[in-house]
Amino acid sequence: MAKSHKPVVWFPFAAGGTVIAFCMPVIVVLGFLAALGHVPSGLSYESLHAFAAHGLGRLVLLGVIALSLWSSAHRLRCTCYDFGLRADTLIATMLYVAAIVGSAATAMFLFRI
Amino acid sequence: MKERLVQLDVLRYNPDTDTEAHFQRYEVMCQEEWVVLDALNKVKESIDPTLNYRWSCHMAVCGSCGMMINGEPKLSCHTFLRDYPGVIRVEPLTHFPVERDLVTAPDDFMEKLKRVKPYVIAKQKKPIEEGEYKQTPAQLMKFRQYSMCINCMLCYAACPEYGLTPHFVGPAALTLAHRYNLDSRDEGRKERMEVVATKEGVWECTFVGACSEVCPAQVDPASALQQLKIVGSIDWIVEHLLPGGKP
Repeated sequence: MAKSHKPVVWFPFAAGGTVIAFCMPVIVVLGFLAALGHVPSGLSYESLHAFAAHGLGRLVLLGVIALSLWSSAHRLRCTCYDFGLRADTLIATMLYVAAIVGSAATAMFLFRI
Repeated sequence: MKERLVQLDVLRYNPDTDTEAHFQRYEVMCQEEWVVLDALNKVKESIDPTLNYRWSCHMAVCGSCGMMINGEPKLSCHTFLRDYPGVIRVEPLTHFPVERDLVTAPDDFMEKLKRVKPYVIAKQKKPIEEGEYKQTPAQLMKFRQYSMCINCMLCYAACPEYGLTPHFVGPAALTLAHRYNLDSRDEGRKERMEVVATKEGVWECTFVGACSEVCPAQVDPASALQQLKIVGSIDWIVEHLLPGGKP
């Protein structure tokens, strides 16, 4: 039996999982703070706009969003598989295409800023 | 000593006379501190000598008394009656063919275990005069946890992936492959990865984690499989993306 090429999709999934684990709790807490009217000065619209307009800031945001999308797509694929939905190629294609389209859209928006 | 009338619903199957398995109810007086295996032994001794099941050590070491107890894979010698107040449902380990009553055929697991070469492979054997293969405590600690597997197959009964995809090499065999890959005396990683890094190998695992929940020896097979995925991915990058890497 030949070795699998699954690392191609698994590595970004693992990276995305790590990114989600570190970033999501922070984003949720900051979201609640902002909703309650406590926006730290560093997170004002102007400074976040400046961050997203900077080349490095764009790359960081794109990395976080694209990896998170890919990780979620792969996790959903595995969940479908665990639930016995065995049309794996179809499900995988749909989910990965959605992640790629989402990442491409993110890149487009970011580079228009 | 406190006693209790224990009710057991045991799945019976005799290949010579039955077309399908059926539950049989047994009622036996048991001591409160007994385990399910004690209750089964009492049934066999005093009520029904035709009841079949495997057991040997009665101390969670031999791994032969695995069965489904109230739907969960358990060692019956390690499952206390006091934790089960109602009727206790006892069935053979799921995902394995039933031979008779609670006895299942472990052939598939045995074949997979053999395939991952769970032994030290050294390219050159040291002559006996040179003494033993030495290992530091740190080198031992790298794989010690994964060497505690007792081959009880509870992880195979718990794994939904193995249930849905029987060709999956499965948790215990892959964990043992990882255990030998991590052994400082071993040089067989490449051979093992030919089996481990395939679709039927570690990549069939979707990290449900049930294997680690049911493991009676705290081996944590799920962590071994996740580590194998990282090793497999790094191998893939070296083989396909780095110059000089072999395809």
